[in-house]
Amino acid sequence: MHVNWKNYNPGEFYDELISSPGHPRKVARPLAKYLSSLSGNELQERKASAELAIKTMGITFTVYSEGENIDREWPFDIIPRIIPEKEWRRTEKGLIQRLTALNCFIDDVYNEQKIFKDKAMPMELLRKSKNFRKQCVGMKPAFGAWAHICGTDLIKDKDGQFYVLEDNLRVPSGVSYMLENRVVTKRVFPELFENYNIMPITEYPTQLFDTLAAISPRPVDYPEVVVLTPGIYNSAYFEHSYLAQRMGAELVEGGDLVVESDDCVYMRTINGLSRVDVIYRRIDDLFLDPEVFNSESVLGVPGLMRAWLKGNVALANAPGAGVADDKVVYTYVPKMIKYYLDEEPILPNVPSYLCMDKSQCDYVVKNLDKLVVKPANESGGYGMLMGPQASKKERDEFAKRIKADPRNYMAQPLISLSTAPILTPNGVEPRHIDLRPFILQGKDHYVTAGGLTRVALVKGSYVVNSSQGGGSKDTWIVAEGS
Amino acid sequence: MLSRVAERIYWLGRYMERMENTARLINVNSNLLLDLPKGTHIGWTTLIDILGCHEEFANKDIKNEELGIIRFLLSDAGSPVSILFSLRSARENARTTREIIPTEAWELINDTYLYAKENASKSASRGGRTRFLKYIAERSQQFTGLLAGAMSHTSAYEFIRLGRNLERTDMTTRIIDVGSVNLITNNHAGAKPEGTKEDSLEPFINILWMSVLQSLSAYQMYRQHVQDRVNGEDVVMFTLQNADFPRSVASCLAQLVVCLNKLPSAEAALRSVAAAQRRVNAADIADILESSKLHDFIDTVQMDIASIHQDIAATWFLPVTMESA
Repeated sequence: MHVNWKNYNPGEFYDELISSPGHPRKVARPLAKYLSSLSGNELQERKASAELAIKTMGITFTVYSEGENIDREWPFDIIPRIIPEKEWRRTEKGLIQRLTALNCFIDDVYNEQKIFKDKAMPMELLRKSKNFRKQCVGMKPAFGAWAHICGTDLIKDKDGQFYVLEDNLRVPSGVSYMLENRVVTKRVFPELFENYNIMPITEYPTQLFDTLAAISPRPVDYPEVVVLTPGIYNSAYFEHSYLAQRMGAELVEGGDLVVESDDCVYMRTINGLSRVDVIYRRIDDLFLDPEVFNSESVLGVPGLMRAWLKGNVALANAPGAGVADDKVVYTYVPKMIKYYLDEEPILPNVPSYLCMDKSQCDYVVKNLDKLVVKPANESGGYGMLMGPQASKKERDEFAKRIKADPRNYMAQPLISLSTAPILTPNGVEPRHIDLRPFILQGKDHYVTAGGLTRVALVKGSYVVNSSQGGGSKDTWIVAEGS
Repeated sequence: MLSRVAERIYWLGRYMERMENTARLINVNSNLLLDLPKGTHIGWTTLIDILGCHEEFANKDIKNEELGIIRFLLSDAGSPVSILFSLRSARENARTTREIIPTEAWELINDTYLYAKENASKSASRGGRTRFLKYIAERSQQFTGLLAGAMSHTSAYEFIRLGRNLERTDMTTRIIDVGSVNLITNNHAGAKPEGTKEDSLEPFINILWMSVLQSLSAYQMYRQHVQDRVNGEDVVMFTLQNADFPRSVASCLAQLVVCLNKLPSAEAALRSVAAAQRRVNAADIADILESSKLHDFIDTVQMDIASIHQDIAATWFLPVTMESA
């Protein structure tokens, strides 16, 4: 069906491309014009060619318990999301500021604990944190960087401003899809790249490699950097393999690594054992080392923590970095920025209520029908309550859980996520989206130009996770007037 | 290079080659049967003999021999000799070594797999078969060419070539073996019983030996080399001992030596290849055929191939420790 923007109505929501029916935003005008110049058939052909490219390139994500067919093609919408460069520059600064403060915080937690001693944050937070690792106390990773790779989820409310929804500091994924989305868009709409000045994103793997190489404990010219994957059945296996390939690093599984009596890490190669300097691990803390954490784990490497604590190998992200990836700790990030950096936060948090605070907890329980409640340590959208959409029974059930373990819950008003047009069989329709940029910190900082835009493909839905029916879009940072 | 990766990439080479060989075999047999009179004892079961999968096949309940066997070899996902099985195994190995092989090679394998999954079972009929098999063989050749032109010739490349050449040696010996069982017992030393008219292959011996050559894409090269009419002794000599034809056993073994020389600590594997080379090159084919010992001889060569594989696995694929390294 031919695109007619006059029939496209984002309603009460902030739409990234179209401000009101028939009126594209300035930066989206060439795109909107181009799309409406194509016939319905042409559009469907482009869509089909994108799907074919995704199939042939083998861009997949893995779904659990599907029997034999474990990898699925990546759901993708061909209409890019556009962000003006000026807006992005400011956002980028805010993201760097945020990650810098978070790393100061993690380093402080495992060393002096000043922020608690100065009463800027309650010590109780730490005692009940599921991601605090006592084994890491006293550790001083290079450059004070614990979270080297961070995926921060940004959303826009009706006011069109970016808010930080959460910081993923453990093993954030999605960056390979961001990169592949661009490749697919270039194949599908090459014409558009002539009219737009779009910031390239291809350098991410190089930047990631440089970040990792810089934290090598051995002062060698070519440190051995490896990507540690749980294996082919992990939902992000595609990404692990992709990043290893683009960085020219070995993709290893736990069984490929061994810690020898000198407390150094080696990989088993056709030439015998070979020393490993930096491990970009895509395995959760608790599976890293069966000697220290989960003794049942066959994914990890016995002795790995010993090697890390002795400074013989660098781990990215560092074990224990997840202490700051906690929805309750999240609410303190603006305070951290002031405390460690003495700066005003550039990017605001979504207003939040902490259930560990008695009066806030009462408010949450009384207003469950207006709030989104999240457990502190889940990811992927699991274990949360979407109050406005939940039944009375579900809300009552959740209220009990909150009262039983208030430290584990926080609540936020339902943010009306912004929308962007997607191509459906009935033409273009608005769908809710978010944005996950990736930020690197080691010797230097780096932020991806844009990030991964995730789309809730189901009409009216707010759930953008690929494991729960979400898709994605290419994201363009575009200089205005170009 | 990681031991685990070396192993997967070696099997990638083997499965891609196996896929091509199976496609070629089915195609040649299809053409051959069109030339033979009805009722000859050579039929589709020959392919089951060559691929050595009686047990797996015996469990199948099959009404139409030709279609049943073709499906078993083409699209039966549970059959370890089917093209689809080889291709799926190649793809799994490629998927777990994507960081090693060129992206185009992965896309090629993935694309071929998706095509085969869609079309293999539809292509069992005589009409559809040829096109499908030609496509499969071409994709394997494209894969080989792509790697030759776009992959650095480092250890990873050598492991793929090791896999390919060992698989090729294996298939060539199987084809010669079946040729020997089907043809030589009929042809040589007048073993043909009198009065069994429908079993007489005498007039077709020439065609049958030609089909052995064609299964190995060797017919044209054979003619250039031998220049005599096609006969059993020369065919066996050519396919076993010719140094220049890339699918002959001698030539594949020589390729293995080239690959192994580029790998670290290859001594054990090199020794077992040398043993196989001595056996193959020193064989007096005329004598072996005269005494009807070809089948036994091929058996010993097959055991040589198995021990080459074992040495490769023991040297590079099994876990190493500081002590053993």
